[in-house]
Amino acid sequence: MNNLKSKKKAHAKRIRKKRSSFNGWKDTVAGYLFIAPMFIGTSILVIFPIIASFFLSFTDWNFVTGINGFNFIGLANFKELFNDANFLKSLTNNIILLLAIPIGLFISLILAVVINKHVYFKDFFKVIYFMPFISSVVAIAIVFQVLFHPTLGPINQLLMSLGVENPPGWIADVDFALPSVMLILIWTNIGFQLIIYLAGLQNIPKELYEAAEMDGATAWYQFREITVPLVSPTTFLLLVTGLISSFKVFDLIIVLTNGGPAYSTSIPVVYLYEQAFVELRTGYASTIALVVLAVVLLITWLQIVVQKKWVNY
Amino acid sequence: MRKLTITVVMAIGGIIFLLPFFWMISASFKPEEDVLAFPIQWIPETWNAIDNYSQVWFGEGTFLLYYWNSFKVTMFTTLTSVTVSSLAAYAFAKVNFKGRDLLFIIVLATYMIPPQSLLVTQFLLFKWFGLIDTHLGLVLLNSFSVFGTFMLRQFFLGVSNEIIESAKIDGAGHFRTFFHIGLPLVRPAIATYAILRFIWTWNDYQYPFIFLRSENLYTLQLGIYQFADAHGSIYSLMMAASVSAIIPLLIIFVIGQKQVIDGIQLGGVKG
Repeated sequence: MNNLKSKKKAHAKRIRKKRSSFNGWKDTVAGYLFIAPMFIGTSILVIFPIIASFFLSFTDWNFVTGINGFNFIGLANFKELFNDANFLKSLTNNIILLLAIPIGLFISLILAVVINKHVYFKDFFKVIYFMPFISSVVAIAIVFQVLFHPTLGPINQLLMSLGVENPPGWIADVDFALPSVMLILIWTNIGFQLIIYLAGLQNIPKELYEAAEMDGATAWYQFREITVPLVSPTTFLLLVTGLISSFKVFDLIIVLTNGGPAYSTSIPVVYLYEQAFVELRTGYASTIALVVLAVVLLITWLQIVVQKKWVNY
Repeated sequence: MRKLTITVVMAIGGIIFLLPFFWMISASFKPEEDVLAFPIQWIPETWNAIDNYSQVWFGEGTFLLYYWNSFKVTMFTTLTSVTVSSLAAYAFAKVNFKGRDLLFIIVLATYMIPPQSLLVTQFLLFKWFGLIDTHLGLVLLNSFSVFGTFMLRQFFLGVSNEIIESAKIDGAGHFRTFFHIGLPLVRPAIATYAILRFIWTWNDYQYPFIFLRSENLYTLQLGIYQFADAHGSIYSLMMAASVSAIIPLLIIFVIGQKQVIDGIQLGGVKG
């Protein structure tokens, strides 16, 4: 009986194999047809632009002069870029801006732990913290422009009524503009990070906490020794994607401060926009694009190398 | 008891977290002279809501047109993006073809590239194709989503191979299997991705900002910026415009809340 069954199975397997090798070329054609729109779109809109930027970055071309004025200038753009104080300032700002990600992650993780186990109406809290993430960046920027207004804004009026003599000028103040942007950034990203952390927390076996509790471990000890290490893959994922999404601050910065005052909130992608579409220096802007790309790849690579030391799989 | 206390504390925290929204809504209901009054009147003493909103919507601005443009671009983008991504996702998950894994890695790798670093050359390309200052250009820019492909692929991987195989044995080609078997089985995932794509496209500022010139083509995000700029000192109107820009998102989020959250968790990334 058993023998018969296995024979039948083997037969079916053979037929399937035959069929699939017969279908091999059909599968290949179908596969290419199915992915064609995606692949052609990605090639035209992503892969080709990267190759083109590479060539343009060695020229002093600008797209207004048309095909003519093409001058190959070698590494001059790169030399200029690394002596360009405004670019270096933008690069530094971006690195400082990245600090908002771990700070935001820490807040999000604590909120996730609390929402996961210690409150009623879990779904309700998820929705509350998620609101800024789905809201229009432009609308948010407009609201904060008013809230942060140095003299009339509600935030400074409150501070002054509390007796603060000289409240900061927030986005109008060279020293406070970047931290203000970081604050808004953390606020908008908490919802996203929280949701991902909540999913990560589901994967931690409850027995670990029960055992720790029996051993009399404090909540803080459990958080530090169980929760943090066991959600480290999630943290890693959020760090890598957070890096990429930190360039999304472009929208916020353009509306909120336009990179000012005095380049204090400019980041390379904002500077790139300015060079490409205001100063009309296509070649130079392409150089910035390449450098941005290289920096992102470098930081991602570093994260992958370093993760082995702290991520538990 | 402890749980109750923490819930109350968290609720207060939640209210503080949402204060900017409350302030925005409240300011949009007030006459201009009360907007910056201190202490803040959370519930307006004098109401001017109808006046503010009718000025935003039917005043000299073209807010209705911006809304319509946004709606059009967002609908078409969502439609093409879902189609393109689900086709690719099905093939990457369920069709055995040569070079599949390599192509998937190439597509996935493009996800690491910040879109802003592509703006200059994309702009040049669109100039050659005559796509600058067109809605078609905007639709194309947001239609090829790695995120969508990756997320839908995860769902297609969950569809059992036996179902696909048996459809094949019954003589159905890949297109029929995709339409009649694959798609219906992943319908919730399609809805999830469609909602996310809708929200992201609706909120997109950067592409319209760079690729649109004519004011009559502006999407809502450019429109409110324009509006805020023109009414830079009339905060009540700026807030009414901002609230108007967020309302469609809130409606969609409230309806599709579970889908949005599940989708984000599954993809683990945004874009």
